[in-house]
This record gives sequence, structure tokens and C-alpha cells, in this order.
Amino acid sequence: MQSHARGGAAQTGSSEFEPKMRVQSADKFYHTASGDVHALDSVDLDVRDGEFICVIGPSGCGKTTLLWCMAGLHDLSSGSVLLGQERIVSPHPEIAMIFQDANLLPWRDLIRNIYLPFEIKRVKPDIDRIQKLLAQVGLEGFDRKYPRELSGGMQQRASIVRSLAVDPSLLLMDEPFGALDAFTRDEMNLLIQSIWMETGKTIVFVTHSIPEAIFLADRVAVMSARPGRITRIFDIDIPRPRTIDITTTPSFIGKVLEIKASIESR
Amino acid sequence: MKNTLEDRIPEFNRKQDSDDVAGFSGLTSLTSGRNRTLLEIAAIALVAVVIVGGAELLIKAMEIPHYVLPLPSQIAAAIVAEWTFLQPHLLVTLYELGVGFSIGASIGFLLAAIITQFPFVEKIVTPYILLLVTTPMLALVPLLILQFGFGSEPRIIAVALASGPMVMINSATGFRRVDLAKIALARSFGANTFQIFTKIRIPMAMPMILVGLLVGSIFGLLTTVAAEMVGGADGLGSRLTYYSSMVRMPQFFAVILLLATIGISFYAFFYWVGKKWAGWQA
Repeated sequence: MQSHARGGAAQTGSSEFEPKMRVQSADKFYHTASGDVHALDSVDLDVRDGEFICVIGPSGCGKTTLLWCMAGLHDLSSGSVLLGQERIVSPHPEIAMIFQDANLLPWRDLIRNIYLPFEIKRVKPDIDRIQKLLAQVGLEGFDRKYPRELSGGMQQRASIVRSLAVDPSLLLMDEPFGALDAFTRDEMNLLIQSIWMETGKTIVFVTHSIPEAIFLADRVAVMSARPGRITRIFDIDIPRPRTIDITTTPSFIGKVLEIKASIESR
Repeated sequence: MKNTLEDRIPEFNRKQDSDDVAGFSGLTSLTSGRNRTLLEIAAIALVAVVIVGGAELLIKAMEIPHYVLPLPSQIAAAIVAEWTFLQPHLLVTLYELGVGFSIGASIGFLLAAIITQFPFVEKIVTPYILLLVTTPMLALVPLLILQFGFGSEPRIIAVALASGPMVMINSATGFRRVDLAKIALARSFGANTFQIFTKIRIPMAMPMILVGLLVGSIFGLLTTVAAEMVGGADGLGSRLTYYSSMVRMPQFFAVILLLATIGISFYAFFYWVGKKWAGWQA
């Protein structure tokens, strides 16, 4: 657990690393009937290889827009998103997205939901890998259950397996646990931490919960609203694996207050 | 009254299993509803026995003439006696209905799929489709007979014209229920437009497509029979005209029974398909 792969690059010093993903002066306007909405305003963000970075900010600040642009689901109005050297303008096989509310297809049972990306990519599903992942998230034996028969937490675990099954190197998570109750949310946060530590994937995690962001992240990027821009990045140097207990320590709460203050001062 | 609340687990977010209803215009009637229990089936059979037996006794007791209301036993006997004579007419009706409905439903489905992709086109076309839906296609039958004669062609065309728009408006409603998150999901895994269509849009629209097919098939059946009654010497509709003009009421009701069986079969078929393909909607 302690000697997990961290992709090396993140630890070789902050000045000389090749970022996993680089967002460069990204601008995004939405054209609506009631006028243009400036969703992203020259956002710069380097995502280091193997890191867990959280993006946090008030509702409607453009967090989801940023994530969708990183996933290649939206075009930027100007600026660029680079994965390594490659410019992202459409979805990329190395990138997988995890959505709010699990986003399972209600007409497919759990296992066929997990097969969906394989069907789309026209490759045979890696059944051993999928079963291992299902066991890891505690969903063995639920293959034939339909989403409506699963709890919110189980649905989101299934959607994590769906994304991990195609073995992407970058996971983009869009408020994945926002709709879950507090207990399930803690559970899911522990799970995603252990998955991250075991697999060494790079994770960009959007949330509006400051404690969740601090608990999970190596770095927390704070976004401001209208126009959305990244105002500050905090380093979180709490040792891992982190437990839920640390969320009540004075230093953790101090960090929460610090980030809260930086959002409110805007 | 009190028990209805107290006996239920208070899970308000869960959708209740709604009891079976016979309507078919709603979305849920096709896709929800649990299987009948043995007791319920027995009760349904019992009601049939009571109605049929009651009719038999009542008609006899009140001495209603047979040319007004035949006895159920006479109707049953007529089906058996006339079967060899009715069978070719039944096949003609099924053929016209099958071909007309297939053509109409295919065109309706394809049009719905295409048109909903282009909101502007949809806005332009919808009033005309509504015109087709609300116009009784039956009115066109005499015109079609003038053009095509007394064969199956005018009836097939009328059936296609009656069922197609029904399939189309319902399917279009289904295709319009886009869920951006689910499309984004498929896109994020690299799905192309065609894959999004087959893996997201069609399954999502499936409940409404099935409602359209069911309503379309029933409308098709009505139109087939009515078109056959207007003119021509074959098909069950023509038998209705024939028997009523001869005042052979047991045979007349035997034909009605056959037609009802066709209608019920459609309902049962689409109900079954709905459970299988759109049960997730429940």
C-alpha cells in the first residue's frame, strides 16, 4: 500500500516535470438565448502524472465545463488541452470520465453496463480484470442486477468499475459522490483513495465539498465563478493512507478554513 | 383505508409497482405491472364464465330473438361450423394488416428517427403528421378503391396510412427524451453518432416506440376491417357486411370474436415485448 506507483514524474521536483495533462489559457463561452456565458476565463492547470488533484468551487463556476473540456467532450473557445504532447479535441482512450449520479444505463444490467465501453470500442471485454475490479469494490455477485435494484453507492461503484475496466491512465471525476449520503460518501472516498494508491492512475476530481477535496487530494485547485478561473492551488501534504479520523484533526480543519476563506474572499 | 398506508414500507423515492391496467395510451401501462397471480387469472376466467353463462341464460329467459342477440353457444357453434369458410378470409385480413402495418410502422419509425435529429425539420413536419393522425384514413378508402380496385392494395395503403403516423408521433416523443449525460457517457468512450443512436437513443426511446407500435397495430386492425367493409369480397370485414345483410347473427358475432382475438393478441404481444425490452422503465 505505501509503496504505490506514483508515476515518478510527480516526485522528481516541481520545476522539471512533464505534466500528464496541461490546460493552457483555456477560454470557454456558451452562447445562449439570453447572451453569452463566460464559463472559463484563461484557465491554466497542469495535472501531474499520477497525482490526485481536486478542483473545487461554488456551483456554476465552470468546474464541470473544465472537466468536460479536459475529456474532449466540449470544445474550448480558445486555448488548448494537451495530454502529453497530444491535443485533446475529442474523447481519448487514455481518458475516462466518471459522471454525477453514476449515469448507468437503466436498460442494462450491471455487467452489460460495464461492457458498454468495450462494445463501443469493439473489443472483447477483459472478463478477468472486470471480475477482479468488481470484487475490489465489493460488487461480486451483482452482475445481473439492474441499476434500479442497486443503492446509490453501489451504482457509483459500478460506474467506477466501468471506467477502470478499459484501463485509462487519466480519470476525470465530476462530483461523483455529490448525491450520496454522508456515510456512503466517506466509504466511497476511502475506496477511491485505495484504488488510486493501488493503480497509480492520475485523477482529476471535481467537488464542491472542501473536506472531501482535502481528504482525497495531493493538490486542491480553487475556482472562482463567472468567469471561471483558477485562483489558487493548495498543496495537501497529509500522509497516506488517510483515514476518516483525520478529518476531525485541528490541522485538517485549519486547512478547510484556509481554503474556505480563499473562496469567500473573492 | 387505513391499512393502505400502514402496510407499506415508507420508501417514497421508490416507484410502486402499479397494478395492471388495460389502457395503452400511457407509457407505464406497457412496461410496468407485475405478473398476474394464479388467483387473479382464476378470477378473470370466472368472470368470463359468469358473463358468458349469464348471457346464455338471460337471452333464453328474456326470449330475445336470435337475429338480435345470438346465444353464446350458437356463436361458438358458428365458429366451428364456419371455420373452413372463414379461414381464408382471416388469412386475407392478417395479410393486409401485416403488410400494411409493417410498411407504415417502418416508415413511421424511420421518419421519427430522422426528423428528431433536426429540430427545425421536426417543427415543419409535425403539423402534417398530426393531420395524418387525426384524419380518419378510412375516408380515403373509396378513393383508393377507385385507383386500385377491390383487391388488397387499397386496404394495405389505408392500413399503412393509419398506423404509420401513430408509430411516428409516439416514437418521435421517445427520441426527443434525450439524456445529455448518457450521450456524453457514450461519447466519452469514443462512440460515434451511429453507436449513440443504437446504444443510447433507441433503448431510451423503446418504451414509447412500443406504445406507438401497439396503438398503430390497433389502428391498423380497425382500418383493415373497415376498409374491407367498404368494398371487396374477401377479408373478415367483408364477412361482417355479408352476415349482417343475411341476418346470420351467430356467424356475424363469430367474426367479431375472431377480430377481438386478433386485437387482444397484439396487445399481449406488445405487452410481452414491453416487459422484455422496456421493463427498466417501470
